[in-house]
Amino acid sequence: MLKVTIGQYYPAQSFIHRLDPRMKLLCTMLFIVFLFFVNNFLGYAMAFVLLATVIKVSKVPPKFLLRGLRAIIFIIIFTAILNIFFTAGETIVFEWRWMRISQEGLLNAARMALRLTMLIIGSSILTLTTTPIQLTDAIESALKPLKKIRVPAHEIAMMMTIALRFIPTLIEEMDKIMKAQMARGADFDTGGIIKKARSLVPLLVPLFISAFRRAEDLALAMESRCYRGDIGRTRMKQMRYALRDLAAFIIILSFIAGIFVLNHVAAVYGIW
Amino acid sequence: MSIEIKDLCHVYSKGTTFAKNALNNINLTIKKGDFVGLIGHTGSGKSTLVQHLNSLLKPSSGQILLDGEDINADKSRLKAIRTKVGLVFQYPEHQLFDMTVYKDVSFGPKNAGLSEEEIKERVESALEMVGIAPELYEKSPFELSGGQKRRVAIAGVLAMRPEVLVLDEPAAGLDPRGRDEILNQVKQMHETLGITVILVSHSMEDIARLVNNILVINKGEIVLQGTPTEIFSKVDELEDIGLSTTQSAYIARDLRQKGFALPENIFTVDAVVDAILDELKKR
Repeated sequence: MLKVTIGQYYPAQSFIHRLDPRMKLLCTMLFIVFLFFVNNFLGYAMAFVLLATVIKVSKVPPKFLLRGLRAIIFIIIFTAILNIFFTAGETIVFEWRWMRISQEGLLNAARMALRLTMLIIGSSILTLTTTPIQLTDAIESALKPLKKIRVPAHEIAMMMTIALRFIPTLIEEMDKIMKAQMARGADFDTGGIIKKARSLVPLLVPLFISAFRRAEDLALAMESRCYRGDIGRTRMKQMRYALRDLAAFIIILSFIAGIFVLNHVAAVYGIW
Repeated sequence: MSIEIKDLCHVYSKGTTFAKNALNNINLTIKKGDFVGLIGHTGSGKSTLVQHLNSLLKPSSGQILLDGEDINADKSRLKAIRTKVGLVFQYPEHQLFDMTVYKDVSFGPKNAGLSEEEIKERVESALEMVGIAPELYEKSPFELSGGQKRRVAIAGVLAMRPEVLVLDEPAAGLDPRGRDEILNQVKQMHETLGITVILVSHSMEDIARLVNNILVINKGEIVLQGTPTEIFSKVDELEDIGLSTTQSAYIARDLRQKGFALPENIFTVDAVVDAILDELKKR
């Protein structure tokens, strides 16, 4: 009845999959940040080549990446339209009553659309090649410096891990409760919005109760195994940087350097 | 109400790489008023099969006929069919949600659009049948004990006045006393209401004691069907698919090998106890 895939991890053996999740997180963040420094199409072309290579190396079928894009295509189009109409520019391409489309507006719209598309694809590669658990580990280690100012980095990561772990369980549970109530004549599909909202009560109350019950059981189980946060806690799977992580870091640094070089070149030769 | 299943197949996640044949060409007939036990291993397709009986799952191919009517033919009849076939899931107490026991049990009849008096009548008789005393009606179902919760949840299905009652492991996770209480109530309901009952269970003991007919399901196929006497005499076939006969039957067999003259084909606790006592008296 309910089919949901959690996270969107695409299992494969590839250079990208094997990268240390911390490095992948760092590289993705650098890529996204410096995407906003690009101000000419040469830079976008370079970013595109980098992305295409990474996709090829990662062995993730491109249709998976496009699927992620489909969800936000509306936002991209909306941003582009806003940019077209609301960028003040000198060179008017089209004018009709109050509408004014300038060359700058069109360029801005194209830049914004490219940026957003690459941003989404870039972060999709991260989630497609990293399991949710690896990702939370990486986030924990990224948050570690904040521990000094009493940010509970480990606890945040643990909560994320547990939440991810229990999503499929709760979906299964919900499916079961839904069926049980349907067997008693419950109807979740018809009626107006108020009737539909009311029909959710017999679904949500048991679901919450079961979530609390599970939380209590899990807390007890963790405590009985002496869990007390991250003090003195070791990992079964140690994260270690390897040579390939250094390679990835160098590639991303050269990419950033490339952006500034191309920005300079574009400024000198007047390329868009 | 008779049930007829014709060439029923069910494939989970059809058309994907995760496709799994859960049911394979099931053909069977259950007569009105029968008490049927459905046994099989975890993952054998028991739950999948019973969820087809009130159209919670739709067949990939094949038909389910209730008194000759194909239950998936007309969508507008769905509610009526779900009223006729009451399905009690495993751990039914997990579906309780309302403020009071009374309100929770009245959920089904209310959905069926009955009048207040009719609802009251049904709720009270259902709760009485499962042995929940009137002083508990206004309590929150979450304050009750495990066994009481389970019985309230079963009453929630009974209040629909189904003609076929399907119970998926109704005694799972209860202590021996709660177990006996629930199962005896099920037996009593079958006798007094004259409804068809289908009991899914792991416990050979319970099945042997209660039902008239047994269906054995393995890997999505009905491999054996017959009366308890017929089924429990096929010890080898049962063991081949990882099931067993009753503990009592094994005791009787072992004693027979040690020279006790016990009759064949006894498999309930009571029958074996009687046979042993008879045999001891003769000595």
